Amino acid sequence: MHAIEKILAKNSGRELVETGEIVMAKVDFAEINDLYLQTVYSFYEMDGEKVWDKDRAAFVFDHYAPAPTIASAQIHKEMREFAREQDLTYHFDVNAGVCHQVMPEAGLVYPGMILVATDSHTTTHGAFGALGTGVGATDMATILMTGELWFRVPEVIEVRIDGIPKHGVMPKDVVLLVLGKLKADGAVYKAIDFTGTYIEQLGVAGRMVICNMAVEMGAKTAYMQPNDEVLEYVSKRAVRPFEVVFTDDGYQYSETYHFEVTDLEPQVAAPSSVDNVFNLDDVEKVRIDQAFVGTCTGGRLEDIQAAADILRDKKIAKWVRLLVIPASTEVMQESIKKGYLQELMDAGATISTPGCGPCLSAHEGVIASGEVCVSTSNRNFPGRMGSTDSKIYLASPATVAASALTGYLTNPIERGDK
Amino acid sequence: MDTKISGKVIVLGNNIDTDQIYPGRFLEITNAEEIGKRCLSGVSPEIAEKFQKGDIVVAGTNFGCGSSREHAAIAIINMGSSVVLADSFARIFFRNAINLGLPLITCKGISSKVKDGQLVELDIEAGELTVKETGEVLKTDKLGDYAMSILEAGGIKPLMREKMRKLKADQ
Repeated sequence: MHAIEKILAKNSGRELVETGEIVMAKVDFAEINDLYLQTVYSFYEMDGEKVWDKDRAAFVFDHYAPAPTIASAQIHKEMREFAREQDLTYHFDVNAGVCHQVMPEAGLVYPGMILVATDSHTTTHGAFGALGTGVGATDMATILMTGELWFRVPEVIEVRIDGIPKHGVMPKDVVLLVLGKLKADGAVYKAIDFTGTYIEQLGVAGRMVICNMAVEMGAKTAYMQPNDEVLEYVSKRAVRPFEVVFTDDGYQYSETYHFEVTDLEPQVAAPSSVDNVFNLDDVEKVRIDQAFVGTCTGGRLEDIQAAADILRDKKIAKWVRLLVIPASTEVMQESIKKGYLQELMDAGATISTPGCGPCLSAHEGVIASGEVCVSTSNRNFPGRMGSTDSKIYLASPATVAASALTGYLTNPIERGDK
Repeated sequence: MDTKISGKVIVLGNNIDTDQIYPGRFLEITNAEEIGKRCLSGVSPEIAEKFQKGDIVVAGTNFGCGSSREHAAIAIINMGSSVVLADSFARIFFRNAINLGLPLITCKGISSKVKDGQLVELDIEAGELTVKETGEVLKTDKLGDYAMSILEAGGIKPLMREKMRKLKADQ
C-alpha cells in the first residue's frame, strides 16, 4: 500500500484499503478559516450540539485578518462566540497568520495524521507526511459533529523530480514546471506523491510550496516522505506522538511523471490560468503595477529572505507597489530579527500584518482594472486579486523582487539586465 | 430528488474556477438568495440576471476548480440550476454540491455538443442526455452509490439530522 492508503486504513480501522473504495475515516484535526461561517450555520442546521473533541478543532482567522469590513468583523465575532461556547483548546485569531503556516508552527501537523481544513490548499501538509485535504463548510460541519469524514481512496500519481537547480531558481519555479505539464486537471480526485533526489534534499519551506500547489492540478492530497529536516521540525513542535508511515516497496503508482530540474530556468504562470506556464525569458516584456510576496505559497522566511537578498540597498521602480505580507507572526518576527523587513521597507516595500492579503481580493492590496500584479501566490484566475480586468503572473519570490526593482517582469538570475 | 430533469442550457468553457463562479470579494455575504444573484459574475454578471429558474448550467472540463468555498455551490442552487452537466468536475466542488443536494453529472464532450438555449432532457438513472433539437442521445456517467444516497436524502443535512436523532434515541 501507499503511505496515504496506510493512513486512511489506520484511521478507518482497517487492515487494507483499495483504490476507489469509500471509507469513513477519523479526522485527527479539523481547521476552519474565516471564510466559512457557513460551517457554524451548517453545524446547527444539522442539529449539532457539541464539537466531537475540543482538542482537535480550531478556527484560524487569516482571509479577513484584521477585519476590513463590518460584515467580516461580524463573521469573526460569530466564530469567536462559537469557539468560546465549544471551549475549543486552540484558537488562532487575527494575530496569528495564514492557516497553513500557523498549523505546523503550532505543532498541530505531523506525519501520519489526517488534517482536514476548509481550504483547498490543505494539500500543503503533505510536506510533513500528513494527509491534508480541503473541504467545504458543510463537510466540515459533519466532521465537527462526528470526528469523521468519507473519503474515496485516491489513485496515487508519482511526480519524480531529480537534480538540484541553480541559485535563483526556487521551489515555486519547480512546481510551476510540474503544473505546466500536468495541467489544471491533471490530478483531479487523485493524490500526488513527490519523490526524487530534489525532494529528498528539500527543506520544510520548499516542500510546503510544492505540496501547496498540488491542488492547482486538482489533487485531493499531496505526499512527500519526511526527511531529516521535516522530522527535526515536527519533533520540536508536535503536540501528539506520531509515527512516520512508509510506502511499501514495489507500490504501483497509477502514473509516473519525471522531471529533471538541474538546468531549469525561472518559470511564470501567465494570466489567467495556473497551467499557462512559460520560461520567464520566453514571455514578452510586461510592465507591472504591483509585486506581492506573501500567502500560504510564498510568504515564508525563505521567500522574504530571497526578496531581501535582491532588494538590499536598492529601490523599487517608482510606479510599482511592492507588498510584503509574512505568512505568520513567527515568520514576521524572524524576518524582523534578521533585518529583512527593514531592508525591504528601505527599498520601498509596504508591509502588512500576517494573513492572506490580496491573494483572493479580500483586502490589503487588491488591484484595479487594467493593472498587472506579479505574485508569489497560487492563483491567477480572472478577478482573483481584484478587478476581472486585471492580470496576475505567478512567479517565485526572487522573480517578484527582481520585477519590483525594474518595474517589468524580470528574471532574477539576470538581475535588471532584461 | 428528481432524476429526470429538462431545461435550456447555458454553456460555459473549461476550467471555470470558483473565483469565476463566485468572486472572492463577495465571500462575506451569508444570505443564500444574495449569493445566488452573484453566481458566475466572474464570467459575466449578465448570466445570473438572465438565468431563468430551471435553466441548466453546462461546462467543459474541471468545472469548480480552485477554492473550497461552498458559496460556489450555494450560488448555483440559488440562481436556479437544479443540476450541472460538465465534461468533468473538480473534487471539492463535487463534494460541496452533492452535500447540498445539487447533482453534478459528468458527460464527456457535452460542452462542445450543446449550444446556449438548446433544450435538453436528462435521465440521471438511465445515464442519458437527449438534445431535443437534434435528437442526439449522449451517455452520462452514473454517480456513485454514496453520492446517490446523499442526493436521495435531499443532501447531507437531512441525513445528519437523522443520524443525530438515532444517536440520541440510543443514549
